[in-house]
Amino acid sequence: MIAEVGHMALIVALCLALIQMVAPLAGTFLGHRSWMNLGYNLSLGHLLFVTIAFACLVSAFLNDDFSLKYVAQNSNTELPSYYKFSAVWGAHEGSLLLWSLILAGWSAAVALFTRHLPLVFTARALSVLAAISVGFALFMLLTSNPFERLLPVAPEQGGDLNPLLQDIGLIVHPPLLYMGYVGLAVPFAFAIAALIGGQFDSAWARWSRPWINLAWMFLTLGITLGSWWAYYELGWGGWWFWDPVENASFMPWLVATALMHSISATEKRGVFRSWTLLLAIFAFSLSLLGTFLVRSGVLTSVHAFASDPERGVFILAFLAMVVGGSLLLFALRGPAMQKVANYSGWSREVMLLINNILLVSSMTMILIGTLYPLLADVLDLGKISVGPPYFNFFFVPLMVGLLVAVGIGAFTRWKRTETGIIRQNSILPLSVSLLGALVAPLWLGPEATALSESWLSGYSMGAALSVFLALWVILVIAQDFWQKLDGRLSRFRKLSASYWGMQIAHTGLAICALGIGLSTVYDQSKELRMVPGDSAQVAAYRFELVDINQHPGPNYLAYRGEVQVYRQNQLVTVLFPEKRTYNAGGQVMTEAAIDASLTRDIYVSLGEPLPGGAWAVSLQVKPFVRCIWLGGLLLALGGLLAAGDRRYRRSRAKSQAVSPTSEVVSA
Amino acid sequence: MHPIRKQRLQVVILIVVAASVAAGLIAYMLGQNANYFYTPSQIAAGEAPINVSIRAGGMVVEGSVLRSQDSLDTRFKVTDGAASVEVVYSGILPDLFAEGEAAVATGILDANKLLTARQVLAKHDENYTPPEVAEAMESASKQTSGQPQGVN
Repeated sequence: MIAEVGHMALIVALCLALIQMVAPLAGTFLGHRSWMNLGYNLSLGHLLFVTIAFACLVSAFLNDDFSLKYVAQNSNTELPSYYKFSAVWGAHEGSLLLWSLILAGWSAAVALFTRHLPLVFTARALSVLAAISVGFALFMLLTSNPFERLLPVAPEQGGDLNPLLQDIGLIVHPPLLYMGYVGLAVPFAFAIAALIGGQFDSAWARWSRPWINLAWMFLTLGITLGSWWAYYELGWGGWWFWDPVENASFMPWLVATALMHSISATEKRGVFRSWTLLLAIFAFSLSLLGTFLVRSGVLTSVHAFASDPERGVFILAFLAMVVGGSLLLFALRGPAMQKVANYSGWSREVMLLINNILLVSSMTMILIGTLYPLLADVLDLGKISVGPPYFNFFFVPLMVGLLVAVGIGAFTRWKRTETGIIRQNSILPLSVSLLGALVAPLWLGPEATALSESWLSGYSMGAALSVFLALWVILVIAQDFWQKLDGRLSRFRKLSASYWGMQIAHTGLAICALGIGLSTVYDQSKELRMVPGDSAQVAAYRFELVDINQHPGPNYLAYRGEVQVYRQNQLVTVLFPEKRTYNAGGQVMTEAAIDASLTRDIYVSLGEPLPGGAWAVSLQVKPFVRCIWLGGLLLALGGLLAAGDRRYRRSRAKSQAVSPTSEVVSA
Repeated sequence: MHPIRKQRLQVVILIVVAASVAAGLIAYMLGQNANYFYTPSQIAAGEAPINVSIRAGGMVVEGSVLRSQDSLDTRFKVTDGAASVEVVYSGILPDLFAEGEAAVATGILDANKLLTARQVLAKHDENYTPPEVAEAMESASKQTSGQPQGVN
């Protein structure tokens, strides 16, 4: 019964979205204010019905209603109830429902928080958002209905959730990632509304900015969490694999990052308008492409996809409509060559342009590397997988350039910066970071690798480069704070939230880069055959395998090892890595044991039992690996602060008083 | 030429040159890092290049897995039903690696058709077979039963 309620709620939600797609938009052309006003309430109604559908599915999972095919495939009575809850989005149908729920949420948020914007603009934006909702609701109802019944015979027991997904990280990771993916629909809708209306001034840019920042923040959190999850859950200590699924989330992030920067120039200086519009369109298109790649099965096999093309073809057609339609609109209505840009040399505009070129180049190279194997397979050029060296070859130099630019960007001014200012501001940070970069590896190298032959033999240029980039960015930021304060601490309160946001995010980027560089350079690992009583030395640590015992869990049976870790004969920690066999499907899972700290992680995982009572054991020491995710968190925090800047709220009061398009000049 | 036009032309040429260099570099790096998949039959027939990184896969032959007594060195054979190829690997094998199950190895083939793997992937859940392996098995069984070879 509850499933039928959910199904009906979905259909009602679709109908509401259909009206919302047509009525407000039509109203803007026919001049019916009442039609335009419909958008506000319709999007709230749409949210209500999608929420009902989602709640129905959640309740089916919590009550083990295995008459639903989706529940039967992805849940199990033995599953703890919080995993039953997260199993709702553990597979295809449910994650689409979550997508729709989040889209409905963003859409309702737009309806609630944009009352101060011109009605025509909001009405169009809400219609565009509704059009996307219609696409996804149709997709669910026609090809992937989560409420499909397994009748007349419902199974007694479900199939179980993939054990990989039975993890706290997977309860939060997809919702966060989707908040980001789907959040990019808002700047997309704003861009389309602006294109329809032919209005792309600073006001449009200012309205979009907090939404972009919020979506970007969620996307950053989602990617960071996904990387952290892969690190501790997949059991072999990698944190990024250039896997197509990861690339699918990283490409929209890169473009959204470019968009955040280019739109600041559009708002403050009125430049890069067409480019900003294009980025808004592409950021969301890449989100859709990511959904297509992950959800259509095309990655698993082009041929399997071709033999059961229903879902893939739907998303592909939807993608083609969104990208094609918006680019066509852009071609027809895009801003004609604007006023002659007046900026030069070392201006902030140029630095933002460099930022955009580097980010978009990275995205393009990832896109090619991700799609090439699919294309080769379709054209029968052979079955190919593109290895990480391809991605690293391009990505590392591009990001090195980006970090250098972040530093210079901090002290350039709009329009034009005197070379004197550049020289004066860069001398101190540049010399200190160069010095630090030369010296740091002399100390870090022996510390991390515990090779004590000669302190020059382990000198790493990679570590020197990482330290230089991180110090450069952080010192420039510190110097900028110092100059802004000018010796008076009371000025702290005068700094705007977006200034704080920018500097915190840039610091996060520097820390993340430091973590990536140092953990890659100084990573030490061994894969060994060990029997209880054996010990092995990795970097500065001695690992002793004390014992391996059987250890029952709630829905699995584990082998549990006890590994004591010593440093110079002092016990550092005792780790308990596990090898689990799940009762329902017999799946085997590796649970790594990690001793984490800011400067190093000790990572132990069990491989497989070997003849003679021995086990394959992986022992790893990863210096500064935490910095990667700490940096990601700081990036997200920066995005949140910038989104909350008072300027966006102040403009509300102002735009009601003055005409909505008037430019608010701000520092 | 008008100075503004001249400046624009320079910018356009710069963009074209930069884009061509980037495209060439991408094509070259893709070629260097693309690991092609070969079936055991193709390797047996000498179609796979040696001393180049490739991928090979099939079902792990029953009874073929030999483990070293004092290290993590492992030898095993994978088959597509028609031919088999021997793989050596040193390191921890994936959780779902087992005799009679599908596996894909990435590594370098030597002149004796021995594949030294640097990575071995097994299926990542109970019901999933790597598509390359499924297709290799299928095309090998078609060949041995004398049916026309399907498009792979």
